[in-house]
Amino acid sequence: MYTILEKQRLSDAIVLMVVQAPHVARNARAGQFVIVIADEQGERIPLTIADHDRQAGTITLVIQEIGKSTKQMGQMAAGDAFHSVAGPLGHPTEIAAYGTVACVAGGVGIAPMYPIARALKEAGNHVISIIGARNQSLLFWEDRMRSVSDELIVCTDDGSYGRKGVVTVPLKELLETRADEIKKVWAIGPTIMMKFVSLTTKPFGVETIVSLNTIMIDGTGMCGGCRVPMIDGARFVCVDGPEFDGHLVDWDGLLSRMQFYRNEEQLAVQRWERLRETPTHECHLDKVVPLRR
Amino acid sequence: MPELSNRERMAIPRHEMPAQAPHERIRNFDEVALGYTWELAREEAERCLQCAKPRCVDGCPVGVLIPQFIRALRMGDMAGAVKTMQEKNNLPAICGRVCPQETQCEANCVLAKKGQAVAIGRLERFVGDFELREHTSRAQPGPPTGRKVAVIGSGPAGLTCAVDLAKLGHKVVIFESLHLPGGVLIYGIPEFRLPKSIIRAELESAVTNLGIEIRTDHVIGNTYTIDELLNEYDAVFMGTGAGLPSFMRIPGVNLNGVMSANEFLTRVNLMKGYRFPEYDTPVKVGRRVAVIGAGNVAMDAARSALRLQHMRSAQDGEPPGEVHIVYRRSRHEVPAREEEFHHAEEEGVIFDFLTNPIAILGNEKGEVCGLRCIRMELGEPDASGRRSPVPIAGSEFEMAMDTVIFALGTSPNPIVFNNAVGLERTRHGTVVADPETGRTLKPGVWAGGDVVTGAATVISAMGAGKRAAADIHRFLSDEKLFNVG
Ligand SMILES: Cc1cc2nc3c(=O)[nH]c(=O)nc-3n(C[C@H](O)[C@H](O)[C@H](O)COP(=O)(O)OP(=O)(O)OC[C@H]3O[C@@H](n4cnc5c(N)ncnc54)[C@H](O)[C@@H]3O)c2cc1C
Ligand code: FES
Repeated sequence: MYTILEKQRLSDAIVLMVVQAPHVARNARAGQFVIVIADEQGERIPLTIADHDRQAGTITLVIQEIGKSTKQMGQMAAGDAFHSVAGPLGHPTEIAAYGTVACVAGGVGIAPMYPIARALKEAGNHVISIIGARNQSLLFWEDRMRSVSDELIVCTDDGSYGRKGVVTVPLKELLETRADEIKKVWAIGPTIMMKFVSLTTKPFGVETIVSLNTIMIDGTGMCGGCRVPMIDGARFVCVDGPEFDGHLVDWDGLLSRMQFYRNEEQLAVQRWERLRETPTHECHLDKVVPLRR
Repeated sequence: MPELSNRERMAIPRHEMPAQAPHERIRNFDEVALGYTWELAREEAERCLQCAKPRCVDGCPVGVLIPQFIRALRMGDMAGAVKTMQEKNNLPAICGRVCPQETQCEANCVLAKKGQAVAIGRLERFVGDFELREHTSRAQPGPPTGRKVAVIGSGPAGLTCAVDLAKLGHKVVIFESLHLPGGVLIYGIPEFRLPKSIIRAELESAVTNLGIEIRTDHVIGNTYTIDELLNEYDAVFMGTGAGLPSFMRIPGVNLNGVMSANEFLTRVNLMKGYRFPEYDTPVKVGRRVAVIGAGNVAMDAARSALRLQHMRSAQDGEPPGEVHIVYRRSRHEVPAREEEFHHAEEEGVIFDFLTNPIAILGNEKGEVCGLRCIRMELGEPDASGRRSPVPIAGSEFEMAMDTVIFALGTSPNPIVFNNAVGLERTRHGTVVADPETGRTLKPGVWAGGDVVTGAATVISAMGAGKRAAADIHRFLSDEKLFNVG
């Protein structure tokens, strides 16, 4: 049983869960992910391992409630259990002593960035972190990130906290003043953010690693549903990634692929919310046409 | 019944199997072929001539004692038929449904020349289904040997190997990366061809009767490496299959609406996408679907797509659309089982033979809108003896399409090879293993099924699992060998 041992709300639509999964915890490393199924009817959802405790046999997941499945997970409480947790999956982050590095994280991406920044710091790097969110209420783990960073810049799109603006603004300033010093950049967050981070670093020629979060099914290289178009051909995010050189990703192709099931996702959310409000109400959304594009 | 003469036996025509009518079955995912009734099975069994030198058995990759089980069946001794079957094949209900009998046992039947081979596969299925209902013989674990074996993958190869080893008294743990065991039988082959309840029953019997432990959600290579398993277990068997899909190297393969058959079928079967939104995983088929390839996988994808189209049509009243199978060779070379081809044709799948895609066309939203193809003709026979298709210059044409599904063959699942030092692989990615014993070049590690042969058949995977189990048993029982290894 993959019991939820602890649940904590990090912001309006982001929850943290500590989950019993000793088989995953034993070999987990920063940058890897798991595939989680909420219940028997559930879909296979990839979630980054934000932390792990080998001794306790637990992993920490940080979940942004956007689709039906993640909203449903967000409603689960300590004591409940997930149907399935498989992993660890994907390649771990390559940690080495690079010198000075920048870790740029947006929104829920702060969670998976934390163990990477920590590992980079432990490996002796000078870590500059830039974290951002749309507004203050969506921001979390500033203290944790500060504890593993030598420098920390916080920004919000609306200026409700820290610097006003998106994360690429301070990143660009940093590169303009200290491009020679910065050896490598990591970016985790919404796809659009990772795209702009990559575009920002490209003219400076600073290697940029992004962690992609595509649609997945098996997560073990058996379906190709996760494939990301790259300049030199497609890759499977689940087995070749999840980290890639952001300068080689075909961002527009990727953004388009990630939209493919949008109608179905909306339908599932509407149906779920309807069923939750009136559990006895017979839902006719089943009868609408889900399969047409 | 009095014993018939051979002449009388030969006068009985081969019996068709009852099936759901095509216009009905395209609206559901229920099983198409309904199986023989007792009367049909008896009569079909009467057709067997009980040859002194039965060649049918040579055609069976696991050597099922065919004349013997058919004889027991027609004598009304079903328990005997089951016992005879189980000597060589633990999964007759599955094999009877999915084996390519027309190129194996039935091809060798003396009656095959007139197209009237004894319907061995259908009889096998009848025996298997009888046993699933009646449980005449429950598998028993042997006296405990104290040895432990780890089996990676729960498809036909892994499951067969595990069952044989448990019967010999070894403790077996199966590690499976997905949340449900069964391999291709559960994630690939659709319900309308192989009901999941059959696989569940076989797995349940393995667990409850033989004490085999199945650990799902364990991705070997990551969760544990093979070396870590070797520290804990006396032997390791890899039956990890070949599921890594390939895409054609043509423009447009990353457009929305292009997918592998494995993705499409996994959504439909493993995740029950055809019941979205009751189940969470969506599956999308357009009005015009092209499936590239003509093997079993292609037939399954095409027939699943067709069903989804008809189910949608029943809801929205619009015409269902079309499903095409696009294949670069001709009807004669179609590698799928004969029955699947026949069923697909009956159901209205459109076959574009001697046609090869050269580009997938997309619209401004990045979605598939068409397929550009070229006509082919069959040239000289190649090394394999098959006439290879060559493009006809200037014959390019376009078809409107909104879904393109590649069913072009697969290579071994990659993750199990992480940190597997000493495991030699071919340039196709398959594991090097002795075909007789399944031994790999890594001591303590055996392999069999699709991971060794590349995508093949259920029965060949089972055969490999059986041979490996026998060799693992030899190894574990031989103190000399065991202590060195
Ligand atoms: C759609 C489709 C239709 C088919 N139709 C037919 C047919 O009609 N007749 C026929 O004879 N054959 C058919 N085949 C082929 C047949 O299914 C395969 O040859 C057979 O299943 C191979 O068995 P296997 O045990 O080697 O591997 P699989 O059945 O592929 O099982 C391998 C298992 O290992 C698991 N695994 C992989 N990697 C790991 C890992 N690292 N750790 C843990 N577990 C792992 C996988 O999840 C899977 O469950 C079909 C195949 C497909 C895809
Ligand atoms: S999720 Fe299926 S191949 Fe990556």
